[in-house]
Amino acid sequence: MWKFLHKLASPPHFYDLSAKIIPWFIVPGAILVIYGTIAGLFYAPPDYQQGDAFRIIYVHVPAAYLSMLAYTVMAVSAGIGLIWRIKLSHAVAAGAAPLGAWFTFLALITGSIWGRPMWGTWWEWGDPRLTSELIMLFLYFGYMALRAAIDDTAKADKASAVLALVGAVNIPIIHFSVEWWSSLHQGATLVRADGPAMPTEMLYPLLAMILGFSFIFGALLLGRVRSEVLFRERRSRWVRSLVLSSGEQG
Amino acid sequence: MTNGENATPGLWQGFVAVIRRDLLLAWKRPGDILNPLFFFAMVCTLFPLAVGPSSEQLSLSGPGIVWVAALLATLLSLNSLFLSDFEDGSLDQLILSPQPLPLLALGKTVAHWLSAGLPLVLVSPLVAVTFHMPGRTVGVMMLTLTFGTMSLSLLGAIGAALTVGLHRGTALLSLLILPLAMPVLIFGARTVALAAADDAVSAGIYFLCAYCILALSLAPFATAAALKISNE
Amino acid sequence: MMEVLAMGGYGVYVWSSFGLTLIVVIICVVQVKRRHRQVVSDIKTRLRAMEADQ
Repeated sequence: MWKFLHKLASPPHFYDLSAKIIPWFIVPGAILVIYGTIAGLFYAPPDYQQGDAFRIIYVHVPAAYLSMLAYTVMAVSAGIGLIWRIKLSHAVAAGAAPLGAWFTFLALITGSIWGRPMWGTWWEWGDPRLTSELIMLFLYFGYMALRAAIDDTAKADKASAVLALVGAVNIPIIHFSVEWWSSLHQGATLVRADGPAMPTEMLYPLLAMILGFSFIFGALLLGRVRSEVLFRERRSRWVRSLVLSSGEQG
Repeated sequence: MTNGENATPGLWQGFVAVIRRDLLLAWKRPGDILNPLFFFAMVCTLFPLAVGPSSEQLSLSGPGIVWVAALLATLLSLNSLFLSDFEDGSLDQLILSPQPLPLLALGKTVAHWLSAGLPLVLVSPLVAVTFHMPGRTVGVMMLTLTFGTMSLSLLGAIGAALTVGLHRGTALLSLLILPLAMPVLIFGARTVALAAADDAVSAGIYFLCAYCILALSLAPFATAAALKISNE
Repeated sequence: MMEVLAMGGYGVYVWSSFGLTLIVVIICVVQVKRRHRQVVSDIKTRLRAMEADQ
């Protein structure tokens, strides 16, 4: 087991392995997303209160979920890279950040669009989830800005890792404080049915979308990390021979 | 800096020495202490000027404005926390000292609070008066600002350590710290607003206290790690 | 068909949300591929330059 992990941490092995794994992420992901989209848009019964507008949940909740998953992946891999000094781990953190930022942005936009027919406004500060997502977007920007500001890759890795970990500790606190803040004025929340209280015809497509998008995120992440690894190891022999021999196009 | 002993200075002595040095430096350059205070007062003036002198509006938004101004003024003063040390090589000395770096980082943070946060708390009643804040509310405000500015100094030290010596570090520091400071801002400002509405404030104060203690126990280690990374 | 598009009056909102999601995913995919191609071509250029020096 350790041998496998050790091998995995070696960039050339990771590069080969990830090429084989990516299709295994894309196919299930695509199938789940297609099923979820069709079932969610056409077969799930309309919501009692929100009518057909609630269907936005099928993209909004996966986006929000992924924004948090991406941050977790980013913080954990940054922490592993910092503590055990594994360069590949830092590459994973670097790759996860832009993806997480995109999904956070998507969660905000779909949340705003959903809010318009529900609240009548394009933004509602009283919705704690939306406000928390906005703060998380700033956390992502801060991470990427810090990385960009430091020229030396190793130094940027370590500094941004510290930031990611500090952010990770703060995120639950931020969520809690925003919840408290919005509860002071009975705020309007977007997702009225969060748990198994949803009927199965509504729930299954949602679960499929969440799982499907997770797979797609995984595939995208592996793709980004591959490019990152190639760039970081550009001076090494294995990269040189790889690029020269196979006419590697990616 | 000799202390006349043969043995290496102990933990407490190292800690106090760092605080004393920073306070002495701040004392010699009063601008470092006064500028953020003036900034704080000016930002508090900006809002009534921009929004209008309506007394109702001001007393409603007063707690929030004071808190935002305090946050921004603290950010301003955090910039230079490690900058001069970085530039003249004292940071190397700090890192190489026999005392544990987290302790010394905490010392610098304490000195920062004493020279930036505490004056802010002491000046805040003057500003609160302009927002027609009643007496009990002012007391709550000072209490929340005390714990709040302590938390900000602790949290901000991490950011300052991460960005020391970076090009355009100032703006980056703000970008890094502001999202992390949201809980402090939320609980600080809203608790004062609750006090103004004669509601219970204990929840908010307990939270600020708890957050401050959490920051006190974790931030110095993060700051120390960040200092070592930045100084490479 | 029109009912499907109308989505009970909320058509604009629902379809724009799904459309935006699709666009963002496509952007991410394109970004990944483009970055990969760029890295590879940069490496090739540098290798050619190094060989030319020799």
